[in-house]
Amino acid sequence: MNNTLKNRLIDSGFKYFAIFCTFFGLIVLAIFIIQILIEGVGRIDWGFLTSLPSRRASKAGILTAWTGTAWILGLTALISIPLGVAAGIYLEEYGKKNRLASIIEVNIANLAGVPSIIYGLLGLEIFVRTLNFGGSLLAGAFTLALLILPIIIVATREALKAVPKSLREASFGMGATKWQTIWYQTLPAASGGILTGIILALSRAVGETAPLIVIGALAYVPFVARTPMDEFTVLPMQIFNWVSRPQHGFIVNAAAAIIILLLITFVMNGIAIYLRNKWQKKVNW
Amino acid sequence: MKHIETKNVNAYYGENHVLKDISLTMKANTVTAFIGPSGCGKSTFLRCLNRMNDYIEGFRKEGDIFIEGEDIYDKKVRVEELRQKVGMVFQKPNPFPKTIFENVAYGLKIQGVKNKKILEEAVEKSLMKSALWAEVKDQLHKSALSLSGGQQQRLCIARTLAVEPTTILMDEPASALDPISTAKIEELISELKENYTIVIVTHNMQQAARVSDKTAFFYMGELIEYGKTKDLFTHPKHERTENYITGRFG
Repeated sequence: MNNTLKNRLIDSGFKYFAIFCTFFGLIVLAIFIIQILIEGVGRIDWGFLTSLPSRRASKAGILTAWTGTAWILGLTALISIPLGVAAGIYLEEYGKKNRLASIIEVNIANLAGVPSIIYGLLGLEIFVRTLNFGGSLLAGAFTLALLILPIIIVATREALKAVPKSLREASFGMGATKWQTIWYQTLPAASGGILTGIILALSRAVGETAPLIVIGALAYVPFVARTPMDEFTVLPMQIFNWVSRPQHGFIVNAAAAIIILLLITFVMNGIAIYLRNKWQKKVNW
Repeated sequence: MKHIETKNVNAYYGENHVLKDISLTMKANTVTAFIGPSGCGKSTFLRCLNRMNDYIEGFRKEGDIFIEGEDIYDKKVRVEELRQKVGMVFQKPNPFPKTIFENVAYGLKIQGVKNKKILEEAVEKSLMKSALWAEVKDQLHKSALSLSGGQQQRLCIARTLAVEPTTILMDEPASALDPISTAKIEELISELKENYTIVIVTHNMQQAARVSDKTAFFYMGELIEYGKTKDLFTHPKHERTENYITGRFG
């Protein structure tokens, strides 16, 4: 066997290996989703969405779970967006680029990789105990906001970094202050990237379970939360609770709830992709 | 009358000494051209005149610069007001990614002008002055990015004129444009001279000769020669100037 032939064999061999790797993940995911759909799609109806939890599988619904998820989503967004975007603006536009800044930068990137259970413990100590929020929606939202803050900060910085210097100079050259330049030029130009980051971060928050278990979110909540101080459950908690029951009916319920949760995250990711594409098309300096 | 006066201006980027003892004066309603090879400090000096270097980390300036008798680096000077008086046009046309109208109205809007009529009048007047009105009057609400490069540059000039400056700094305003657009910009500069004091940095010697009244030749951060454009191009006093304008180096 000469060398050329050997090289070709390695070449096509690697190609098939790469194809296998690509499809391995896709197929496993597809099987999972198909199985969930077969199991759960028949269970989804109006009653399932509007019923309170129950001991009997056929009567149980996800009303408290999805309203809890909606509450958490809204509150987390309210807390994390202003904090994250403002921190990103400060670090990118105002902060000096010195050693301290690079240490902070590395640490924020690291924080994005801290396991979520650690944030849960932090939330338990600060929000549940010290600030005395108890196992409320507010404590959950603050905890998840902490969890996704690094993602939003990094996304904001990246988006601001991508705005060309010439745009800032044009604005400064017209006599604009730094804040006017940020508000009227830099931020709008970066908004697509920032929004994409925010939505991806929030869709991560929607799927989190561990930190909420730690701060004491309940699996069984027989009422719909009315204020941020109410106790709550969310979809992933409800799913976690149902799959650990022995009766088959609850497994079906869990599959149905998974479909709803997946739908929510797919829609959010879809919006993020749409915004990114729209933004890329619009911006061509 | 002295419109711009600089006294022993030195500038540094970190350790790098980029401007050495620049002293010169420019009269009102004249065009002054800065020429010299890349990295000679002419753009840095231009940017000192409206303090656009303020945001560059490690930049430091010594010496005084007076515009209309005012020390522009004085602590009492508000840099935003200075830049409204001393406008700037950049090398690459850099309109805001907004409508043509919004681009021209921006300077007034950030000053707090909200009256629609005043804004409309200012936009029309500025676009007239920058010889762009006839081409864009029916598409004021289209994106500025849909204009050609030459039109964009004239839009940037209009935007600068809208805040009624006395002085306009131009940093190689035609270097990214085709010859026809360049000719239009040069024509515009000659017209604007009536009402404004213009300082232009250019790499194009013919352009300097065509549009300017006085020319300053910079080399390695030093002002080598400064005089009437006609004299400088026909009878340069320094050998370096002669070598540069005849194309022997640079």
